[in-house]
Amino acid sequence: MRKKPEISLLDWRVTGPALKVAFWKLNPRAMARNPVMFVTLVVAALSTLLFLRDLIVGGENVAVSGQIAAWLWFTVYFANVAEAMAEGRGKARADSLRATQSETPARKLASIDAPEPEMVSSRSLKPGDLVLVSVNDIVPADGEIVEGIASVDESAITGESAPVIREAGGDRSAVTGGTRVVSDWIKVRITSKPGESFLDRMIAMVEGAERQKTPNEIALNILLAGMTIIFLIVVVTLQPFVIYSGAFVPVVFLIALLVTLIPTTIGGLLSAIGIAGMDRLVKANVIAKSGRAVEAAGDVDVLLLDKTGTITFGARQADGFEPLPGVAAKDMTEAALLASLSDETPEGRSIVDFARKQLGRALDGTEQVAEAIPFSANTRISGADLKDGSQLRKGASDAVLRWCGIDPSPQLRALVESIAKSGGTPLLVARDKQVLGVIHLKDIVKPGIRERFAELRRMGVRTVMVTGDNPLTAAAIAAEAGVDDFLAEATPERKLELIRKEQAEGKLVAMCGDGSNDAPALAQADVGVAMNTGTPAAKEAGNLIDLDSDPTKLIEIVLVGKQLLISRGSLTTFSIANDVAKYFAILPALFVTAYPALDALNVMGLGSPASAILSAVIFNALIIIALIPLALRGVKYQPATAAVLLRRNLLIYGLGGLIVPFLGIKVIDLIVNAAGIV
Amino acid sequence: MAPDILQFILYAVIVTALAWPLGFYLARVYEGGTTWLSPVLAPVERTLFTLAGVRPDQGQHWTRYALSVLAFSLGSWALLYAILRLQHLLPFNPQALGPLSPDLAFNTAVSFTTNTNWQAYGGETTMSYFSQMAGLTVQNFVSAGVGMAVCAAIIRGFFAREQKTLGNFWVDLTRSVLYVLLPLSIVLTLFLVWQGVPQNLMAYVSATTVEGAQQTISQGPAASQIAIKQLGTNGGGFWNANSSVPYENPTPLSNFIEMVAILLIPAAFCFMFGKMVRDMRQGAAIFATMGILFLGALVLTYSSEIGGNPAFAELPVEQSAGNMEGKEVRFGVGNSALWATATTAASNGSVNSMHDSFMPLGALAPMLLMQVGEVVFGGVGSGFYGMLSFVVLTVFLAGLMVGRTPEYLGKKIEAREVKLSVIAFLVMPLGVLGLGALAAVLPISLSSLQEAGPHGLSEIIYAYSSATGNNGSAFAGFGANVPYHNTMQGIAMLLGRFVYIVPMLAVAGSLAAKKSAPASSGTFPTHGPLFITLLVAVILILGGLTFFPALALGPIAEHVSMLSGETF
Repeated sequence: MRKKPEISLLDWRVTGPALKVAFWKLNPRAMARNPVMFVTLVVAALSTLLFLRDLIVGGENVAVSGQIAAWLWFTVYFANVAEAMAEGRGKARADSLRATQSETPARKLASIDAPEPEMVSSRSLKPGDLVLVSVNDIVPADGEIVEGIASVDESAITGESAPVIREAGGDRSAVTGGTRVVSDWIKVRITSKPGESFLDRMIAMVEGAERQKTPNEIALNILLAGMTIIFLIVVVTLQPFVIYSGAFVPVVFLIALLVTLIPTTIGGLLSAIGIAGMDRLVKANVIAKSGRAVEAAGDVDVLLLDKTGTITFGARQADGFEPLPGVAAKDMTEAALLASLSDETPEGRSIVDFARKQLGRALDGTEQVAEAIPFSANTRISGADLKDGSQLRKGASDAVLRWCGIDPSPQLRALVESIAKSGGTPLLVARDKQVLGVIHLKDIVKPGIRERFAELRRMGVRTVMVTGDNPLTAAAIAAEAGVDDFLAEATPERKLELIRKEQAEGKLVAMCGDGSNDAPALAQADVGVAMNTGTPAAKEAGNLIDLDSDPTKLIEIVLVGKQLLISRGSLTTFSIANDVAKYFAILPALFVTAYPALDALNVMGLGSPASAILSAVIFNALIIIALIPLALRGVKYQPATAAVLLRRNLLIYGLGGLIVPFLGIKVIDLIVNAAGIV
Repeated sequence: MAPDILQFILYAVIVTALAWPLGFYLARVYEGGTTWLSPVLAPVERTLFTLAGVRPDQGQHWTRYALSVLAFSLGSWALLYAILRLQHLLPFNPQALGPLSPDLAFNTAVSFTTNTNWQAYGGETTMSYFSQMAGLTVQNFVSAGVGMAVCAAIIRGFFAREQKTLGNFWVDLTRSVLYVLLPLSIVLTLFLVWQGVPQNLMAYVSATTVEGAQQTISQGPAASQIAIKQLGTNGGGFWNANSSVPYENPTPLSNFIEMVAILLIPAAFCFMFGKMVRDMRQGAAIFATMGILFLGALVLTYSSEIGGNPAFAELPVEQSAGNMEGKEVRFGVGNSALWATATTAASNGSVNSMHDSFMPLGALAPMLLMQVGEVVFGGVGSGFYGMLSFVVLTVFLAGLMVGRTPEYLGKKIEAREVKLSVIAFLVMPLGVLGLGALAAVLPISLSSLQEAGPHGLSEIIYAYSSATGNNGSAFAGFGANVPYHNTMQGIAMLLGRFVYIVPMLAVAGSLAAKKSAPASSGTFPTHGPLFITLLVAVILILGGLTFFPALALGPIAEHVSMLSGETF
């Protein structure tokens, strides 16, 4: 897969507009969705009014209250910059997607066998319309193939340059708008409304326009709002206590205390974290139908993985040649080789490689071929007519038998069955309508997959391999791949049953699938990843769609989900831990007139009450800027047990959150005092 | 100092050793199992249920459970209010004491039905024996029973799987009183009588002192009320001076056992929790968290008191025993500090020394213990479910940090649980800071203060922390019996009781309906030292930090001023 280009954090094309957009986001109605920043906005406005009043009537502390007001505006603005940058990065990606979505002409058919198509604009197509797409046509909208077979270039969506085969009736009947047919023709029934295609959804998602808050984000928002209320109570009741103590605190100082105590750091970065998480998902070529699905992916306990294509190579590989009695081994190997020369599928290439290794010499063989019969998805046969006149064919057993026009002998049937039973795939090789023997294609476990599963196990995710193989074969592959469990002789019903059983135990289950018969299971699973190549039914049932149609993507999705939560949790902890230092900076400054002895709490030795308060406010604003890269990138996630993760993140963000502001405020105070601005 | 520390250790060992088996017993009681008291009590229980028309096997949805709690508490309050207002017409009033004023009766009735037992009155000069026995002592039992019942229901919510109900309030209440509070009280009453505490219905005795002055020696049915006041974390003394009076607390042994009784049931709830959720480590972790916070407070109080008052350093004052102002000589600093810590950690509120006379930092620790919401052991039952609200938030933070929707005991902690816990969290700031701030500026309130300067503020903060935390201990020096404070304190007590109970029952109801996911290496353990540390930190930062500004102007200002030789 070609990776989508990484957008640099300092890319001016993103940062520049973000600085501008952040201004427009100061609109109170937009801010009201975020309680913490809304409170900050309100008190920033209030402190500005107080500053103006002091300016006119000549109050005390005009210089410092003006600066505090300015920094409060910066605090809100910086939070908006963070959000705008996250959105901007998504927009940049959306723009490149939109380029593929331009209006295209479409050949609309009145009925499936209408002779003459009518030329219309792709925009006018409605679900249920039929269109004909021929070579070099752009597929005008998402749909399902009802007739025909074609290879389709989907690189605009997936980044994968090799064309893929799409055909009617199977599990690979879906086509996506914006992709291009490179051979043959297909008739497509449109399934998406204008403006609701996958591409549209993807664009909406990366732009954050359709972003709904995820469940944990909602819960966190409630906690942050609650803390804001608590600190409001703390600050509002402080004045009476100070009045009791025979003093009075300027209101702008109380505002400063409030803003530094409420969790502005996480409040300001929360939506940026969410948008960036979605962006990471899009970068991995996955469309989430809801944010809930992404978060659920982080919670997954059980991962159902199809054996083929996920755990083993999608294409099986030649592992042995079994000649029929009376056929020489070398004869059959050569025939298999020559018949597979024009088979460009991975299976075909593996037969060629395996045969050459068997023969022990570099037999080219092409010089013997008079006419090559390339593999086609229709015939499921490849072969060669040789210069000596003999015809070689190789392919699926029923297809080859049909070519030969014979019924299989008992020996052949036994051989084919034994290979099938062991989990392998039998292919027949025939010469001049006579079967020579059987090629044994076998599953090869992907290298590195074992380590991947060990990683998942550490994260607490159990992997279950799902396969149609018999239990014996399944067990062998399961052991080789290192999965925790397997479901053999799987049918869609048994798959569904397994998911229900795991869910009844309170576990969250993820699976991926592509066929229509996967749809019930996809819908039942907490996280269902549908392959983009899959049927519309499957895509409708899943809550995530993988454009690369790569089943191993599930693992990546789990990581993205986890990283999203960890980023939020870590920054929340950091934000709360910061409050300790802020208390020690501001309280002595506030109380020094009431009780001069309370200067003992000024453990940082800050220059003056005014500089202490200003420094805390400046720190509070700057820390948002400093953490934007972390929010956009996400907190680093290394698979480990929860206990290890918790210890590590607590040390970094909890303890760090306690210490960093002490240092930061002290340094800012030194600068403020050196500059003599208060 | 060494004997003091030895006694602290002995105290910890005995409380733990008794709480552990009691926790197992409690688990059996609330799971409806048979106990060794069942042969005697089961028939009584059945008769009571039949008479009241309660079907013990009928579970209640959390809303119904909460309504039952509220209805019962309202009924209790009305009954107690009537008794107090009409006590001059009721029997057992040998001193012919008059009725209580409306605001005092309101305050006292609220106080005893919320298990606060704040006493704005002096017992021996205000309450008839009937009011003490039929009014206050009855509430000592049932208000404690309500807390225990609610806690049992909430714990059920944490381990139930996909259930709609939390148990039956009437059954839980009956069992709390019948199987736990009554038997323990009988044992403790007998012990106290043996130690010399009066238990009679006689009129007060007049005596001529050595100096020839006339002294009235009050008495009455004290032992039985003292037993339940300690066991049920009530704390309302029979006498005004509470457990410093020799009749309430005659010997060092009675003092020690009464202190054990303060923490016994709250501590046992930790082990009961472990037993009921089938994982003792979970209960032990919460016990350890409470223990660490308790120890921290004890160290702060004891070290402040034993050091004496630096202002006296230059004066001819003997301070080798530490700061002895307001303390009984027979208890000394060690027993006074331990009692002060235990009584404010648990929401007991009985005192054997005057906290008003503690050193500033010595009084800070008891205040903090109340302000974090009475969750360090706390009230019987109520302390534990208060702690669970902190656990919910800690789990939420920790869960996010490991990249999963947070889970506690396999239950997902989601928006609803967070929202309800946050509501409970607003109680202490509202009660202590909100009502405290009013009290600090309103002239109608300020006349109640005995001291000026930061100590006066401490008196206000202490009083409202005590009321909102449903503790009931008094700082002394604070003239609480005025209509303003009687009313506002009553509101604070109601807030502290029911705005915890209802949201936490709702949390339990919501959790009970959820599936329980088995733990995996992806769920972080909620029993290890890491979780305990995090829980302690969350309690101190979220619970404690809120009050830091107010405390800075009270005890901390007093402390730093004292060090610089400034007095008020």
